[in-house]
Amino acid sequence: MKKYLAIALTLVMVLTMVACASTPAAEPAAEPAAPAADAEPAPAEPAAEPAAEGQPRIGVILIHDENSGYDLAHIEGVKGAMATLGIADSEVVFKYNIPEDETCYDTAVDLAEQGCEIIFSVSYGHQSHMMAAAAEYPDVTFVACTGDTAALEPVDNVANMFPFTFQSRYVSGVVAGMKLKELMDAGTVKDPHVGYVGAYPYAEVVSGYTAFFLGIRSIVPEAYMDVQYTNSWYDPVAEGEAARALIGKGCVIIGQHADSTGAPSEVQAQMDAGKVAYSVGYNIDMLSVAPKAALTSSQNNWAALYTATLDKFLKGEAIPKDLALGYADDAVMISALGESCAAGTAEKVAEVIAGLKDGSLQVFDTANFTVKGEKVTSYLWQDTDGDFVGDSGEAIVDGIFQESVFRSAPYFGLRIDGITELN
Amino acid sequence: MKNKERTCNPEPFMRISKRGVVMPLWKSLGIRAIALAAALIVCAIVIFAIVKLNPIKVYGAMFEGAFGTNKRMWVTIRDMMMLLCIAIGLAPAFRMRFWNIGAEGQILAGGIVSAACMIYLSKSMATIPMMILMLALSVVAGGIWGFIPGWFKAKWNTNETLFTLMMNYIAIQITAYFVALWENPVGSNSVGVINSKTKIGWFPEIFGQDYALNVILVLALAVGMFIYLRYSKHGYEVAVVGESENTARYAAINVPKVIMRTMFLSGALCGIAGFLAVSGASHTISTSTAGGRGFTAIIVAWLAKFNSFVMIPIAALLVFLDKGAIEIASRYNLSNHVSNMLTGIILFFILGSEFFINYQVRFRGGKQKEVQA
Repeated sequence: MKKYLAIALTLVMVLTMVACASTPAAEPAAEPAAPAADAEPAPAEPAAEPAAEGQPRIGVILIHDENSGYDLAHIEGVKGAMATLGIADSEVVFKYNIPEDETCYDTAVDLAEQGCEIIFSVSYGHQSHMMAAAAEYPDVTFVACTGDTAALEPVDNVANMFPFTFQSRYVSGVVAGMKLKELMDAGTVKDPHVGYVGAYPYAEVVSGYTAFFLGIRSIVPEAYMDVQYTNSWYDPVAEGEAARALIGKGCVIIGQHADSTGAPSEVQAQMDAGKVAYSVGYNIDMLSVAPKAALTSSQNNWAALYTATLDKFLKGEAIPKDLALGYADDAVMISALGESCAAGTAEKVAEVIAGLKDGSLQVFDTANFTVKGEKVTSYLWQDTDGDFVGDSGEAIVDGIFQESVFRSAPYFGLRIDGITELN
Repeated sequence: MKNKERTCNPEPFMRISKRGVVMPLWKSLGIRAIALAAALIVCAIVIFAIVKLNPIKVYGAMFEGAFGTNKRMWVTIRDMMMLLCIAIGLAPAFRMRFWNIGAEGQILAGGIVSAACMIYLSKSMATIPMMILMLALSVVAGGIWGFIPGWFKAKWNTNETLFTLMMNYIAIQITAYFVALWENPVGSNSVGVINSKTKIGWFPEIFGQDYALNVILVLALAVGMFIYLRYSKHGYEVAVVGESENTARYAAINVPKVIMRTMFLSGALCGIAGFLAVSGASHTISTSTAGGRGFTAIIVAWLAKFNSFVMIPIAALLVFLDKGAIEIASRYNLSNHVSNMLTGIILFFILGSEFFINYQVRFRGGKQKEVQA
């Protein structure tokens, strides 16, 4: 009896499987339109055709997927630029979770073979693999966002772009400074100790945390800061641990240059446990993970850069090798102020942004910082011989360190007084 | 009713026993084909149920992802050769029942020395002698990395599974050290493309193909390993030690010597895979250079029963699944997890089919004739 029951059940299951599998095949109407359109263009050799008219096919190489705030900002930036320029959604191919190794080269080549005429990569480590692909596909344009070597490459079909993130970090530093001042005026905090969770110890991160620190110090001159590196762009656990360690050392504000919500979540948890701690995030609004602890986040509006680049590309004009835009072009911003922000923050922020827009306020004014007790008068930003030490190009003009002016990628590598790198 | 049935029918509902007779080839192939078909059907259900896409289209996209363009086909072939090379390296160790799960580390050892040659000798050597030097050094480096656990096993009978696994972590840390030493630019934590302008130490093009040399090298190794395991005295010794160490000793085979020799060979071939990965494919080195392929290759080697030529279609299938997964993730905007699920389902069925090849299942009251099959 049971045997027949078992056989009958099995048969039913098998038949259901087959039925389920064959139904969708018989109903082509069920399939979405986009993939069908995708399959259309014959991938014979479209890479060789110039972008004479019609819409360019765009490839985007992302280091993570939409769960990472940094990548989400790029995805929204590309989509925003396409909407502005009237490029159809079907013309973009996103490649997710591409690590900073040879996979990037394979992916870039694959996108070029698929007929993409312009390919973007979002992370610094993608750059050398993008450049390798660029040498093989001279008719395709390769843009390595946050990269720094395009101007020095022997080929013309490469470019870099980077927003003035240091400006929005400075503004977020002002927000943090206002909070710190409020806490000190109230007597809650005596020691103006600030912490910063950084990804890697190189110029992009150094430039960012220095700007953040200078923003704080414009409000609280006696503030000092510790930087803890995670050696990863995206590691929620490590970022949370770094934040915990910094709070344990007595830091009351935790800034970050890493792409997850690890640090703000941890700050919120510590705050709930009774510590005095506030978070300043990066890329995305952190209020959803740290409703009380998050003050604001510094953000990049990548759409401004993608729009500028794609607009030139559509018109057939040369794309600048280095594109860097800031507050004046709405390429950077800070997210909505959290409820914990000090009174008067909004007014102060508006004033600072206005100063940055009209140029009356310069983030890296050498009058505002010292290195080993001395004012800095000279800094060579460009490394042409590949030994990683600047050998040409004076970055300091009229007492201002000209960050991201000569090259889009940050080159501020000075370790200024008041900041300690812990690891 | 239940009780009644139990008393009157003492035989268990289902019975599993090892097949006494080795199954004919056509039948085992048939079972595998059925498993693959079943896997595709289950995947189709998953695709349709979760993401509401036409499974046939998705399979078509996977195929295009792996073979859609000439370049894609070559990348697929390159990755397949890499996997095959590792599987060939693992074959003698596993044949000896020496659980070498340290291929990752052996690959990295070969990769590090290859990268070192590319970085330090880029100004002083021509391509051909440099290729030979890199090949020789990666053989030595990978061989030593395999020899160490082999030596400990032979001398003190240490557990090779743990030992080879631990050697992976050591190799990963050493790689991280060299990445930090060679990083370009400083602080970026990546070596970048080595000699991207001069292409020194890169595999030269053959017949206009970047990866033709990879294919030639690995296929030569495949033939060599096939002959070595099947027709050489060494190969016979490996098999005997694998079946029974006591038998081997009785036959006057020097067991420790065979273990050490075979592990050196196994490590050396994985070292060559590292050379292929660095010099012949990525032109860079990172802790992800091995990328888990040292473990995937175990599946390839086992499923093929250590036969080099059977490994080829298995490696092809695994690489195809991988490439296809990447393509459908990007084309249909699925996250990579969906494609990993599909790969998991297919592997589950293929590995599961081995069960039905090695064992038979009889239900209560079933006829006995299956035994003869």
